[in-house]
Amino acid sequence: MEKLIVSPSPHDENYMKTSTIMLNVIIALIPALIAGCIYFGLRSLVLTGVCIGSCVLFEYICRKMMKRENTIADLSAVVTGLILALNLPVTLPLWMAVIGSFVAIVIVKQLFGGIGQNFANPAITARIVLMVSFPAAMTNWVAPYWYKAADAVSCATPLVLTGTTDEARNIDLFLGNCGGCLGETCALALLIGGLYLAARKIISLAAPVSFIGILFLLSLFYYDSVDYALYQILAGGVFLGAFFMATDYATTPITTKGKIVFGLGCGIITFIIRQFGSYPEGVSYSILLMNVLTPYIEQLTRTKVFGAKEAAEK
Amino acid sequence: MKKLNGIKLKHRKNTENCATVDFPVPAEVILPMSMHMGAPCQPLVKKGDTVLVGQKIGDCDAPFSVPVHSGVSGTISDIIDYQTPMGAVCKAVKIQTDGNQTISPDVKPPVITDKDSFIKAVRESGSCGLGGAGFPTHIKLNPKTPIDTLIINAAECEPYITADYREMLECPSDIIGGINLVKSILGIKQAKMAIEANKPEAIKNFTEMAANDDTIDIVTLPSVYPQGAEKVIIYNSTGRIVQEGQLPADQGVIVMNVSTVAFLYRYMQTGMPLVTRRLTIDGNAVGEPKNVRAIIGTPFIELLNFCKTDIDSIRKLIGGGPMMGMSVPDINMPVVKTSNALLAIKTYDERKTSSCIRCGRCVNVCPLGLMPAEIDKAYRIRNIQELKDLKVLMCMNCGSCTYVCPANRKLAETNQLAKALIPRK
Repeated sequence: MEKLIVSPSPHDENYMKTSTIMLNVIIALIPALIAGCIYFGLRSLVLTGVCIGSCVLFEYICRKMMKRENTIADLSAVVTGLILALNLPVTLPLWMAVIGSFVAIVIVKQLFGGIGQNFANPAITARIVLMVSFPAAMTNWVAPYWYKAADAVSCATPLVLTGTTDEARNIDLFLGNCGGCLGETCALALLIGGLYLAARKIISLAAPVSFIGILFLLSLFYYDSVDYALYQILAGGVFLGAFFMATDYATTPITTKGKIVFGLGCGIITFIIRQFGSYPEGVSYSILLMNVLTPYIEQLTRTKVFGAKEAAEK
Repeated sequence: MKKLNGIKLKHRKNTENCATVDFPVPAEVILPMSMHMGAPCQPLVKKGDTVLVGQKIGDCDAPFSVPVHSGVSGTISDIIDYQTPMGAVCKAVKIQTDGNQTISPDVKPPVITDKDSFIKAVRESGSCGLGGAGFPTHIKLNPKTPIDTLIINAAECEPYITADYREMLECPSDIIGGINLVKSILGIKQAKMAIEANKPEAIKNFTEMAANDDTIDIVTLPSVYPQGAEKVIIYNSTGRIVQEGQLPADQGVIVMNVSTVAFLYRYMQTGMPLVTRRLTIDGNAVGEPKNVRAIIGTPFIELLNFCKTDIDSIRKLIGGGPMMGMSVPDINMPVVKTSNALLAIKTYDERKTSSCIRCGRCVNVCPLGLMPAEIDKAYRIRNIQELKDLKVLMCMNCGSCTYVCPANRKLAETNQLAKALIPRK
């Protein structure tokens, strides 16, 4: 008999690993990726491949240079690359996407200590950096099925358009048949992915529901039109942001109460930027701003310990 | 009523239909002087002495301690220094058995006239909590505050273990007798027997037995770990919350393990102190999992051989359940009073620990609503005030946080280490 292993209890564990969680997020994003391919063509896959590949490579190099344990096997870099790609217009030059990956993995994630330690969402931050660095390329929207046309047709993202909305337009938005980043247009695909993650208990719906809910209500009161309020939540990156970025573990609060505060904050900031800002889209900024507030939200939304005396010892 | 968090575990109650078998008298027993919570005993015997079954061989003047008795007749072969799996150091008495099992003349039913003589008899029985913690029974039954409810802990929420369940099926009248005994002597009005829902047969039997008795309630607990934790079982069966720093008695409650209460009843009838106990032998290295009644002091290796265990394949030996049991470092260690199970595990791949991803699973499962991820962070930077604010001292080490952690962080262990950082008043 070999020497017995002696270790503290518990001696049993469940089999949910970090990589299992990440794999589930990847699975949940596949519908959105497929929708992107349908609407924007196979270049979507090329762009996604470049983002994922460069993210994993940057992660590998970073860990190597920092003489830390290699963490690419936890698949978190793959998730970052995938989410980043879904946040980019399909026409973006590939070298810009690589810069985005660099920002996400090297600057936002690894410089702060790697997985779980970053305070800002890597993909969101990378998108914002690209947005302010290459505004033209980052807003070069093309119409769905552009690849079938003889010449690429430029098209505005629905949020830039003004004018009336109607039910038919909202259905198009729900299905993703409109201009925008390659993974953000199809609300249906994102909803399927988000619900899958919720069903697998990977994410809590607290943040997405409060995010989308408050944005809907604010728009409803502001415009007094259900169609317009629906248009506000279906257009732009709301679903992608709410289900996949406002639920990021590292950069959002842990407790349910905290998640609700986070979601409400995102919804309110998105609404304010869209209505009163000079900028058509506010989802990325709202999530980044709330990321920054997360440590404070956490302090204020701690769980109540069962039977604990109120912090009298302070 | 707020629902406390917990986790669903695979029950793995492979031995639930295994009637208890008596393990024969071993050639040698080892009796550590510390098998309970509290001060260790000093041996009352020396090398070469002969002892009889039921004879007291160790005792201690400290009030928070219980005596040790021999379960065999034979000769003291040695008195050794011994380290328990908990790390405590004490003496241990080795007895060479003679196989006659001659019963000591001291073994006679105690005479109970009032509460004091009862408490004294309970102490002399060598009884401590048989559920695993080993809290001295005579201390538990002598609280300073008035008690109105006796809770019988029959949750047995740990996987594998069926020792209490078999007690319930095999000795139900001892349990009811013990409940009535404690109730009448301590003047407790109400007893609640709390059984986890995964034991329908026990629930049915006891509901029938207590059908005509208003003073005994059978409470069905959900099959969510850790139902058997004291604070959890009190809350789920009475709605009362044992506050930080309080004992259950401060809420008018005493919680007793179901096997302990049955033992007390038998002791009052026969006078035979705590020298045997039932334990579940299971785990994937064990060929024939069983419930065994063994003489306390029987070396584990003999029980494992009795259950056709592939000894060479064992990688880990656990005294108790997989969630809160102790790693046993040596296969020759003996059955002690608190051994409710012995699990021999052969495949044991320890996953690597990685960084916290802040998924919050530990927070969502903690029955007390602690935040293990935050405690872990505060512990790493040795922030004692933060640890106090996070109430780490309330952690009962149920292990749910470590169990669910996808990064395999040893959160429950960290909580215990963090507790040690906080200076005690």
